Amino acid sequence: MDLGRRDFFKIGGKLLVLASAGATLDEIMGASTAPETYRMADHWWGMIIDIDKCIGCGNCVRACSQENNVPADFFRTWVERYQVEEGKQPRVDSPHGGIDGFPPSKREDLKSFFVPKLCNQCASSPCVQVCPVGATFVSPDGVVLVDESYCLGCRYCIQACPYGCRYLHPQKRTVDKCTLCYHRITKGLTTACCESCPTGARQLVDFKNPKDPVHEFLRQNKVEVLKPYMATQAKVYYKDLDGSVR
Amino acid sequence: MPGVDGFIYPNEVELQWGLLIVLYPYITGLVAGAFILASLERVFKVEAVRPTYRLALLTALAFLLVAPLPLQLHLGHPERSLEMYLTPHRSSAMAMFGFVYLWYLMVVLLLEIWLEYRADIVHLAQTTSGWRRLVYKLLTLGSENVSPEARRIDDKVSYIVTVIGIPSAFLLHGYVGFIFGSIKANPWWSTPLMPIVFLFSAMVSGIAAVLVLYMAFMKVERMRLDMSCLDTIAKFLFYTFVIDFSLEMLDLLHRTYEADESFRTLDFMVHTRLWGSQVLLQICAGTLLPLALLAANQVWRFSEMRRKAMYLIASLLTLVGIFAMRWNVVIGGQLFSKSFLGYTTYKVEFAAREGLLGAVGLMALPFILVVALVKLLPPWAGAAGARHGVPLEAGSLSGGKVSEG
Amino acid sequence: MGRLFRDAGHLIRPALVLVAGLGAFLVLRAVVVPKDFGRYGHYRAGALAMVSARPISYAGHSQCEMCHEQEAKAHGGGKHANVACEACHGPLAKHADDPTPNVPKRPDVANLCRRCHEQDAGKPRGFPQVDTVAHSQGVLCDNCHQPHNPKL
Repeated sequence: MDLGRRDFFKIGGKLLVLASAGATLDEIMGASTAPETYRMADHWWGMIIDIDKCIGCGNCVRACSQENNVPADFFRTWVERYQVEEGKQPRVDSPHGGIDGFPPSKREDLKSFFVPKLCNQCASSPCVQVCPVGATFVSPDGVVLVDESYCLGCRYCIQACPYGCRYLHPQKRTVDKCTLCYHRITKGLTTACCESCPTGARQLVDFKNPKDPVHEFLRQNKVEVLKPYMATQAKVYYKDLDGSVR
Repeated sequence: MPGVDGFIYPNEVELQWGLLIVLYPYITGLVAGAFILASLERVFKVEAVRPTYRLALLTALAFLLVAPLPLQLHLGHPERSLEMYLTPHRSSAMAMFGFVYLWYLMVVLLLEIWLEYRADIVHLAQTTSGWRRLVYKLLTLGSENVSPEARRIDDKVSYIVTVIGIPSAFLLHGYVGFIFGSIKANPWWSTPLMPIVFLFSAMVSGIAAVLVLYMAFMKVERMRLDMSCLDTIAKFLFYTFVIDFSLEMLDLLHRTYEADESFRTLDFMVHTRLWGSQVLLQICAGTLLPLALLAANQVWRFSEMRRKAMYLIASLLTLVGIFAMRWNVVIGGQLFSKSFLGYTTYKVEFAAREGLLGAVGLMALPFILVVALVKLLPPWAGAAGARHGVPLEAGSLSGGKVSEG
Repeated sequence: MGRLFRDAGHLIRPALVLVAGLGAFLVLRAVVVPKDFGRYGHYRAGALAMVSARPISYAGHSQCEMCHEQEAKAHGGGKHANVACEACHGPLAKHADDPTPNVPKRPDVANLCRRCHEQDAGKPRGFPQVDTVAHSQGVLCDNCHQPHNPKL
């Protein structure tokens, strides 16, 4: 039997998986804190979100939930729909975080858009500041993580987060939040939410990579972070974010 | 969604800090307040409150020992709580508080109680028998030297400990205020006034607690109440309350005047979800009414019986009012969404880990402990094993003036 | 000096209790605190490895394209070119690791297409959206539209 291209790719694929599994095993054994090819010092992670591209399909919420085993009724990421009527408080809804999309609205007279939200991976994180034991921290590559074997479950960090992105895991009884799919990005993959976003509204970025499109993006577009007055040095930048967004 | 009005971030539906976290500042507040009352006599030479000196110390200890319990019940992993001492995060007020607590317990309160009671402990170790003797022998820490010179040195050291203890007590409860006041994400909590408001309301509740306990113990032990002591405590309660109330009104006035972005949502919350607990319970019944009762006694002279009734009612209302204040701060801070677009509800469970039943039990525990401590280390003359009629000096039982009958 | 010691000697006892307590605490700390704590910051360095080691559910479209060449080609030329495979097909890392026993389920067309393409005032105006009931009149979307290259 000839070794066709398909077979070649099949075997090659399996070898690749085995190799990465081996590297993962290395990590677990404590040989290094990241695979040999991944150096934390070379990366500074963030995300860019284009409001005008988001269609509120909820793919990101579903993907995150499945990739990270997020418990029901809690959200590492979610989508909000804003319906702004002139001169009034915006009407906002997020049915189950937008996990099944949104019930369609026919109100063409209102300014209406979708806002995906997640942990803003703050460089000057107020949640890390208040953790009494060092169970949550900013990794050297800029991702805010929780050490679930060390977390007491005091929930001080949940109180300190201005964006509402943390929650207490009901079974583990430790705090949980978006990890920017750290287990994926350290292996060269993108986050689950970015992978499954059909319009490219969400994109993972690496500020330390000179070739990353984020630099051009930030230069060419009007961008904003959520609650800039909190001075958290958030690393999730929104393009075309309306002033009514909270 | 049930209990939710308007829009809240999806993770905000459940409150994170519930009834147990309301209890905790309440209990530590009572500690600070009781200690300040004790220090009034020791450092500021307010002789009139001498009869309650020892009782105040024991009250402070009882509440301080119970204080960590609501926290432990609340933690997701209480078995990891030692991490706060082993790897404290220096930027975290909560971590630093662990050491303030320990300092206060070991170096201030326990040391002061030991120094104050040393003569009695030695005497009791010599005159009791069985397991009680063993307990007292342990408490002597092996030294039975109660000569007048030794007692004079005890007195001096105790004075220094109290002097250090006053800012330590301020730190103990001011820190709890800072734990809330330093959270920029929460506009209901975030204010520089928070540690000071917490401290003064702690002093108010602590003084009221000692007043109530003093009246209760005197009734139960069938001893004569020292009215000048009671009047003085009530006077200090009044002054402290005036300051506390002024501070809280200042905060309210400031918020209302500046009317920043958070004001609309907070104002609505106070008028709806917090109306009962804040306006009716905390302000009207828990502050204005006791203030009126106490103020009346500064203007007019009432009969002893009337004064006792007014002080008791005022103190009990105060204790309820300060609890309501803690509730309004802790729970109130989580009822509104950080989006300022909606509200959630707090449902207190009954028999769950953080439920009402447990909370009631935890609140009863320090009172049981006070009774036990009073039995172990009797604060007044006429109690079993106490010396009687000894001139009032450091080391003898306070209340020597009381047993004039 | 001797008299001072006699009168104040008892104070050494609580001091000793404190020192003993402090000593016990320091010993406990040396024993219990994880050895890698503090290497990168105030946290357990091993936590990074712990988080990195989580299992992967979404393989990533480049993995799919390694085997499914034909579909990738049709897909790459159409309007859904930037829609990743797993955006519709769900998490398929298990299938990518071991294709034969882990057969993925066919997407639920009735609900899937609608989530993106149902007309909604919140969606950007230029985005293809229809009132699906009126548009399809009960017929499933993939009867007319080939999902990998949907433009008719």
